[in-house]
Amino acid sequence: MSVATVFWGSVALLAIGFLAAAARRIMTARVVYAACLAASTVLFGVALRHLWFDGDWSYGMELPLGLPWIGARFSLDALSAFFLLVVNLGAAAASLYGLGYGVHERAPHRVLPFYPAFLAGMNLVVLADDAFTFLFAWEFMSLSSWALVMAHHRESDNARAGYIYLVMASFGTLSLLLAFGLLAGADGGYAFDHIRSRDPSPLLAGLVLALALIGAGSKAGLVPLHVWLQLAHPAAPSHVSALMSGVMTKVAVYGFIRIVFDLLGPPEWWWSAVVLGLGSLTSVLGVLYALMQHDLKRLLAYHTVENIGIIFIGLGLALAFQANGMTWAAAVGLTAALFHVLNHSLFKSLLFFGSGAVLTASGERDMEHLGGLIHRMPLTAFAFLVGCAAISALPPLNGFVSEWLTFQAILLSPELPQWGLKFLIPAAGATLALSAALAAACFVKAFGVTFLGRARSQAAAKAVEVDRFSLAAMFVFAALCLLAGILPGVVIDGLAPSIELLLGDRMPVQAYVPWLSIVPIAESRSSYNGLLVFVFIAASTWIGIYVIHRWASHAVRRSAPWDCGFPETSPATQYTAGSFTQPIRRVFGTVVFRARESVEMPPPGSIRPARYHADLRDLIWDVIYVPVAAAVNALADRLNHVQFLTIRRYLTLVFLVLVALLLVLALWP
Amino acid sequence: MHGLAFDIAHLLTGSLVLVSFMLLYQGRMFSLLNVFALHAFVLSLSVAWQALVQGAPHLYVTAALALVFKVIVIPVALHRIVRRLGIHQTLEIVAGIGPTMLAGMGLVALSIVVMLPVTVGVDTLAREDLAFALSVVLLGLLMMVTRRNAVSQVIGFMSLENGLVLAATGAKGMPLVVEISIAFSILIAFIVIGIFLFRIRERFDTVDVHALDRFRGERL
Repeated sequence: MSVATVFWGSVALLAIGFLAAAARRIMTARVVYAACLAASTVLFGVALRHLWFDGDWSYGMELPLGLPWIGARFSLDALSAFFLLVVNLGAAAASLYGLGYGVHERAPHRVLPFYPAFLAGMNLVVLADDAFTFLFAWEFMSLSSWALVMAHHRESDNARAGYIYLVMASFGTLSLLLAFGLLAGADGGYAFDHIRSRDPSPLLAGLVLALALIGAGSKAGLVPLHVWLQLAHPAAPSHVSALMSGVMTKVAVYGFIRIVFDLLGPPEWWWSAVVLGLGSLTSVLGVLYALMQHDLKRLLAYHTVENIGIIFIGLGLALAFQANGMTWAAAVGLTAALFHVLNHSLFKSLLFFGSGAVLTASGERDMEHLGGLIHRMPLTAFAFLVGCAAISALPPLNGFVSEWLTFQAILLSPELPQWGLKFLIPAAGATLALSAALAAACFVKAFGVTFLGRARSQAAAKAVEVDRFSLAAMFVFAALCLLAGILPGVVIDGLAPSIELLLGDRMPVQAYVPWLSIVPIAESRSSYNGLLVFVFIAASTWIGIYVIHRWASHAVRRSAPWDCGFPETSPATQYTAGSFTQPIRRVFGTVVFRARESVEMPPPGSIRPARYHADLRDLIWDVIYVPVAAAVNALADRLNHVQFLTIRRYLTLVFLVLVALLLVLALWP
Repeated sequence: MHGLAFDIAHLLTGSLVLVSFMLLYQGRMFSLLNVFALHAFVLSLSVAWQALVQGAPHLYVTAALALVFKVIVIPVALHRIVRRLGIHQTLEIVAGIGPTMLAGMGLVALSIVVMLPVTVGVDTLAREDLAFALSVVLLGLLMMVTRRNAVSQVIGFMSLENGLVLAATGAKGMPLVVEISIAFSILIAFIVIGIFLFRIRERFDTVDVHALDRFRGERL
């Protein structure tokens, strides 16, 4: 009955949305968010119960909606239960956060009706069991999130962000539509059961893979389809940004997994090469883009691109091993990917909540105007720091575990028979290591420039700590980041039913490993104990502090301080976001971003300050999107006069097309 | 269905195609209207024969509808419209009669080539019937495309609809409701088009749609 509960829960969310549109007076922000919090908590509970007690079962239900010969089918199996858990965990926290954050909203009627609808859309995508329902829910999710992106449509750039998002979302849905069309075949069997029973030819399967990569990848943010993320995610209100970045991209990953691992049948080895290549490219470029940003929310959005790359590397590894029959190794790769899905939804939501708190407190998103917030907002700063450490994959937090698992899978690659993969996978591992290191640099910058040092603007100097609800949401997620980091075995065992459903194999049971260690393959190869690392870090820190306080001299000395390059008291002399990343920009930027730096010195005698300019270009935008847009415009200009033909000419066109189609029919073998 | 019944059905549907060709080369307004009445009359004969042969009484209703509306009401109304408006009596054909007829023959060949392989396994009459019906539809479209005069475009549209009715009667078991609703939609289309004819005439003193294009200042 759990599938019915989830379905009616989603319907309830939709009803909340309608009520919010109809009865604005009663449905204030508090009421709507409280209702959403209740609904998503219930759905979260259902998903958790399904994973915990009957993970191996799948339940289905059918409603007489949608395509007449199939109906609308919904089902809940282990995979959808896991993603349902991720979606509703994020939704519950965002709603809790919204209880506090949403009160500051200037135009609540632009947000409140669409927010529950967006949640319902994501739930229904995960629940769908036929292509029509899936695509319908997918498009519903896209459009409701588009409405949320356009909530502040009068701000500069938001309209452009909304437009690009809409174009990319439609393009992605079109690709998915074609993919499902190919999967279902000519007889229109769009139910997932029917698709599973078909056996597509290799060419067809390759085509479906490409379409799924484009369709799900454009929603998830795979390079080069990522261009809308950094525009649309920051444009929405912060709790919606958290949902879009932390949760909706995961729904896209779900779509990819459902199509490629579940519906498409046994993989070929070259699929994994494509997925791995795209994943590596995405992870490195994503983090490089993120490093160059000075806008906190835009930095986080770009960083989502990097994490999607890491997830796709895990998926590519799973495909590579699965294609060669090494299901036990594929299980490690897929577990790593799904674990990272959960992790990223936790810490990315946390970080977006933090950036929203900073935005509420200071009205600033630009890091160059922030600084010193750790004194004004100590609790937010602490939660944000936990998120930064987790996303930088520092032990004992959760980000480390999933990336470590990915590396464990990478280390198994010499056992693969294909030489191409033997070379490609270590290369992917190297890019993963590079992007992990750059991610750490990125978040040192994000945290350091925003929270440390001195305030760079009046607004930052006068910031005050945010409300209790926002803090509660952040601290819940910070605690979950730590918990998932020190108890990874629980998560891995919770993922096992999904892995078994997709691959027919699973990682060893971790519950019986002593001392809460995890052992991905065998004790002789590798093991990790988050709790031990946590206890060691905590104990050594306390011992260090104790030793310093106990034995250090208490005598007060006066001396000229080491000024750390900060001899003047003006905040403008501090490290800035731009100066922090200058070395990395010099190393990578000239190639990847065509970075040009120039220093403009005032002529002698002038009192004008010298100016430093750094000019960055998005190469992918310039190389791919600008020519495509130009071509579309040119074509539209050409076709423009077709709008003004005579009736007889339109009839002639119709007639000629009809005759041409009949000719094709006549000549078709 | 054997022997004579089949032959007569075949004769009637075939002559419908023939009358479609006759529509294509009419150069004068009233003869065009008369030939259209003949077209509809052949259709109603064909439908009535099908009703007799298939033992489907509701097809008589269809035949009667075709007879009343398309043989009598619409041609008479069009006659009156043409008289009242004082429309020019000669019709201009865009592409010339010879090429138009050749194109029409090509279309008939095409529809036979398309229909016969598609309908393998259906009984012979229905196959022939569908092929002829498709040719009537295509010829109607061809007529709409090759004429500039609004009245002859209306006639082309009506003859196209006759082809649809022919196809529908050939397929056994089409419900009467559909039939009647099609008849009424055609009637309404006729009324709308008639009103438009009046309006066009009022504005431009001609029903040559060419005038509209000139008025819009578009290329031709």
